[in-house]
Amino acid sequence: MEGGKEKKAYTQAAGIIEMDPVDMKKLKVWKNTNVRVTSPYGSVIVKAVEATQGPHPGLAYIPMGPWANSVVNPKTHSTGMPSFKGVPIEVEVAINETVLDSQELVRKACGLP
Amino acid sequence: MANIVSDVICPFCGTLCDDIEVELSDDGKKILEVYHACAIGAEKILHSQADDRITRPRMQQDDGTWNDVSYDEAAKYTAQILCDAKKPLMYGWSSTSCEAQSVGHEIAEAVGGIVDNTATVCHGPSLIAVQDVGLPTCTLGEAMNRADRVVFWGCNPAHAHPRHMSRYSIYPRGFFTGKGSKSRKVVVIDPRVTDTASLADAHLQVEQGRDYELLSALRVAFRNEKLPDVVAGIPKARIYEAAELLKSGRFVIIYFGMGVTQSLGKNHNIDIAIAVTRDLNDFTKASIMPMRGHYNVTGSGEVLGWEFGFPFSVDLSRGFARYNPGETSSNELLVRDEVDAAFVIGSDPGAHFPISSVQKIAKLPSVAIDPHLTPTTAVCKLHVPVAFVGVEVGGCAYRMDNVPIECRKIVDPPEGVLTDQEFLEKVLAEVRKYKGV
Repeated sequence: MEGGKEKKAYTQAAGIIEMDPVDMKKLKVWKNTNVRVTSPYGSVIVKAVEATQGPHPGLAYIPMGPWANSVVNPKTHSTGMPSFKGVPIEVEVAINETVLDSQELVRKACGLP
Repeated sequence: MANIVSDVICPFCGTLCDDIEVELSDDGKKILEVYHACAIGAEKILHSQADDRITRPRMQQDDGTWNDVSYDEAAKYTAQILCDAKKPLMYGWSSTSCEAQSVGHEIAEAVGGIVDNTATVCHGPSLIAVQDVGLPTCTLGEAMNRADRVVFWGCNPAHAHPRHMSRYSIYPRGFFTGKGSKSRKVVVIDPRVTDTASLADAHLQVEQGRDYELLSALRVAFRNEKLPDVVAGIPKARIYEAAELLKSGRFVIIYFGMGVTQSLGKNHNIDIAIAVTRDLNDFTKASIMPMRGHYNVTGSGEVLGWEFGFPFSVDLSRGFARYNPGETSSNELLVRDEVDAAFVIGSDPGAHFPISSVQKIAKLPSVAIDPHLTPTTAVCKLHVPVAFVGVEVGGCAYRMDNVPIECRKIVDPPEGVLTDQEFLEKVLAEVRKYKGV
């Protein structure tokens, strides 16, 4: 994160979704393959990895970064704070899609070349 | 003999470790090694030496390419977009010094801007709760010397504040905690079995978003009243057990993080966490402390506090300071199209705001002042690289317990690169010229 957000290491650290092995089995998601995460607020491609700090069946975790922020709930309920946690999501296998790096992801979402 | 700079302050997280040693090359120009810092802190200090670092301000063209401009041109452009805007948003401030913040606030006053810091997506709800119910808190030194019951609620210092546990909360031997970790009991409340939870004597794996229920249940348990069989996914026996564990301590410290401020309930979660702390004071001594993220987000709150009376989301567009989170906070202003220019310093809303807000920033005249390349600099019209505070320039920063610490300069910035403060002073001079003051 502090070594440069344009670097691959940031994508590898935050462009992921940590899932419980039980959920991965249920959704037929293989370890370290790409998935599409969709919420009522957006959709993003990230790499599915097995939970490093589990077990937490039913719960998935995307680290703070533009990938998580593509699907979080922007509503703040008049506090200024968007609802970054507890977002209902759907996960589907997207083995042929690629995970964009942080700058590409944001520029694409903003319609910039 | 090795050229070592000692007592360096680490400019990464709110723990502001002050025991870092940095080894320099013999001519004192290059950082070779960083000692004592955590992996993230060391990476930040070393990243200032990166060969591919941007050292000149750049303007984004329509086709997405960048043109180098001078600092004078950059200051002129910044002053112009701020002066031309009816309501410019001036966001960030958490990774820069209090001195730079102060100059920035002068600019905001002159142009009638909105000053908001990263608390708005971090501990903003905590600040709202503190205004509602007060805050029984202490310094990290007190916690280290006295606390024998340590609670981590919705925070994971093993990853986010890596040296917090070894310097202050779990391991150090303090005046009344002579046996270090053996004299402390640790309680972790988190929906995941985090690496911090693996160190805990008791881990309550709360259901996501049900912190308010669990905190209420603890208040019931302190009073030995009846609880339902299961609250927030935790069997009642474990809640009574945790309540007893906390009541039996001589000094309880509750550290809380994003798990509670960003989940539904927001400021109300903190309200009740503070009420739990207040209740515990009926049985023992208890304190509560937010785990602040950026190394100087606390400082931004302090400087805004003493200059305008409010810690974040300060609206100066009417010529006097107004504060109403939910109305004058960055995400609302962006989503409702209420701001017409964006000025970002020392933070990365491109990565940390919901994408719907980032899309709005990309449409506005915008400037990002940041030594790094970030998703924010990728969408802003002007990127102004500056010196790293705490590495290439000193300055005051506030630790998470509101203790001010003076950062040290280790090496010179690359030739020609200005500091935040120097660049902001240039912008202020341009603004004054533009406004005819």
